[in-house]
Amino acid sequence: MTTDNSRPDPAKTNDLLVEAYPPKLAKKRAGQMVVNRKTPDGVVPEIKANIRTTPGIISQRGCCYAGCKGVVLGPTRDIVNITHGPIGCGFYSWLTRRNQTRPESPEDANFMTYCFSTDMQDENIVFGGEKKLRAAIQEAYDLFHPKAIAVFATCPVGLIGDDIHNVTREMKEKLGINVFAFSCEGYKGVSQSAGHHIANNQLFKHVIGRDDTVGPGKFRVNLLGEYNIGGDAFLLEDLFERCGITLVATFSGNSTIGKFENAHTADLNCVMCHRSINYVADMIEKKFGIPWFKVNFIGAEASAKSLRKIAAYFQDEELAARVEKTIAEELAAVKKVQDEIRPRCEGKTAMLFVGGSRAHHYQELFTEIGMKTIAAGYEFAHRDDYEGRRVLPTIKVDADSRNIEELVVEPDPVKYQPRLTWEELSARGLPHNDYEGMMPEMDEGALVIDDISEHEMERLLELHKPAVFCAGIKEKYGIQKHGIPCKQLHSYDYGGPYAGFQGAVNFYREIDRMVHARVWALMTPPWQTVSKPLLNAEWVRA
Amino acid sequence: MRKVAIYGKGGIGKSTTTQNTVAALAEMGKKVMVVGCDPKADSTRLLLGGLAQKTVLDTLREEGEEVELDLIRRTGYGGTLCTESGGPEPGVGCAGRGIITSINMLEQLGAYDADQNLDYVFYDVLGDVVCGGFAMPIRDGKAEEIYIVVSGEMMAMYAANNICKGIVKFAEAGKVRLGGLICNSRKVDRELDLIQALADKLGTQLIHFVPRDNDVQRAEINRKTVIDWNPACPQADEYRKLSKAIDGNTNFVIPKPLKIEELEALLLEHGLLN
Repeated sequence: MTTDNSRPDPAKTNDLLVEAYPPKLAKKRAGQMVVNRKTPDGVVPEIKANIRTTPGIISQRGCCYAGCKGVVLGPTRDIVNITHGPIGCGFYSWLTRRNQTRPESPEDANFMTYCFSTDMQDENIVFGGEKKLRAAIQEAYDLFHPKAIAVFATCPVGLIGDDIHNVTREMKEKLGINVFAFSCEGYKGVSQSAGHHIANNQLFKHVIGRDDTVGPGKFRVNLLGEYNIGGDAFLLEDLFERCGITLVATFSGNSTIGKFENAHTADLNCVMCHRSINYVADMIEKKFGIPWFKVNFIGAEASAKSLRKIAAYFQDEELAARVEKTIAEELAAVKKVQDEIRPRCEGKTAMLFVGGSRAHHYQELFTEIGMKTIAAGYEFAHRDDYEGRRVLPTIKVDADSRNIEELVVEPDPVKYQPRLTWEELSARGLPHNDYEGMMPEMDEGALVIDDISEHEMERLLELHKPAVFCAGIKEKYGIQKHGIPCKQLHSYDYGGPYAGFQGAVNFYREIDRMVHARVWALMTPPWQTVSKPLLNAEWVRA
Repeated sequence: MRKVAIYGKGGIGKSTTTQNTVAALAEMGKKVMVVGCDPKADSTRLLLGGLAQKTVLDTLREEGEEVELDLIRRTGYGGTLCTESGGPEPGVGCAGRGIITSINMLEQLGAYDADQNLDYVFYDVLGDVVCGGFAMPIRDGKAEEIYIVVSGEMMAMYAANNICKGIVKFAEAGKVRLGGLICNSRKVDRELDLIQALADKLGTQLIHFVPRDNDVQRAEINRKTVIDWNPACPQADEYRKLSKAIDGNTNFVIPKPLKIEELEALLLEHGLLN
């Protein structure tokens, strides 16, 4: 790789990030920081991931409930999602990711504009909250007559032992609609990742496979791990349609429960965010015989590649031709904008610390306008998301992960219908059930840091001064104080969509604007304008 | 005002001992309030002559914000003031949180204020200190002296030792101290020696050995304390001795809980080998 003399040696950066820590913590964090290296056959260094955050560190991570209710189920419009808990959990997980949805007609249900909570009070903690939950389900049913009601447990529910599964079972029987619950108490697991797994399990147990109606369309696929942030799903739906690909269900951007129930009638699962939904993909394959592979619709080249993979799967000339035609049309428009923007952005640097797939996927977009990702990491991903699924057999399952139920799935005696064998997939040049991970696609010498802390982030900003830093709302203002723009990749700030080809154009323009406006670097903060600081402090090593 | 909490293994006789002792203190002319911290709400039955008490939590639930002290506090034998925290039915909700809520409510309503002229408040706490809620009476200076009811049975001593661990935890941060062990005799062989030895090891005292006497049961069936039922019987004098010892007690310590091996060694030495 080319070295830039103005930046510290990446190999030394990691030591600088942890130098303020007590030795034990520094050692632990060092295991979660690697300098990327690649052997010719694509093997990358081992990184520690999905392990506990050390108390006292300001982590980017969220809770189990956030992963389950906020991420996976939040974008579904016609399930009444009731948070069983004090009001804050429901309120602060309500549409904060800017998931959009578009009911098919004005009569179709859309409950995403409502926030449902049992609003537990002290009294419900002392005497138990089951009665209030039962009443809330009844009230939601009476008001909206939804197709389904889902209940999400918050921390106190687990502590006092409310049996939410029994309540939902009873109410399902009483109301005659699908009512199911998620034991996604916030404290479970080491991050929101536990919540994704719990969401996957319950969707699989209670929803997927209930409707066997095979709809129209010759090339029927599901898109897994796409959450319609800023309208991404709308662009992808349009793209698929123009290619002649039928989208049966999306988990869970712009989704409905009816589509989830019908997902097992598709012939292929395309996985976008591997971390949050790979469990569903695996379980569908085992029970119904539908293979999956990884796709990425973030980045124009990545989108083209993903469409070609789908075409290769179906081995249909007409489909392949339509896909190629669509790609050609789209890329022409994309190329025009790239040509305009690339000379201005070429060589600038980016850092991405977000999510469980976005830190990987968005690197494509930066590459397409000549920018370099010099550091990246996930908040809650596992080793396979960094190093690829080849390391799965070597991942040590610790007690925190073992606490999350692992469903045992058998082929369905009636509905199991194998589509393509792994040999047939290989013959078509396709991977099977694989994700190669983020690191094999990153440059040698790039920094990879898992579960980055606020302190480490600030050190990175000081040492490397990237042109743009991608993270979330908790990090945003700290980054801007360094005079560096922050692009939120959880909510896209107020922007997007960024998926597919048109989304790529939107992103190029947004980044071009952000790295050139320099508005944060030009501001003088108030504490630097007064001659005498109002408050002074220095950090003393313990 | 002296703030006393009575702990001990479930079924050891905490509520009976507390109420009989409180009755003796009342007989001495002391003004005492009893706060029952058991969801079963049976800590004041003998003082009130039955389960007539409406619990703090039930009242809070039914009356909402309009709760008056009179609604949750009744006057019992000898002018004792009786309250019951109450709580959920078994297997539901969080009884510990209930105790926290109800003690806070009593404080808000002024039950502990100086104008109440209380000499004593007694907390009668359910079983072991199983979680934070049941430790409430020994946190934040709510109770300052603890008496543990124990017998010569191994599990009772084991529980007493565990409670001492809880006391240590809170004693270091606050004013709570152990005032002594009360032996509620089960007629175990060499029980007095055993509990005396346990008290020594814990660094505390055996404040009184209450002998086993069926008059306690006779009084209970009549919904009365022994002193109320038959002030002249010998057992009434035992409770008078206990309350006098508590009233004159100056021996307050941070206990030194035993390791499990030490506790077993104690049993072998004083009890089981014979």
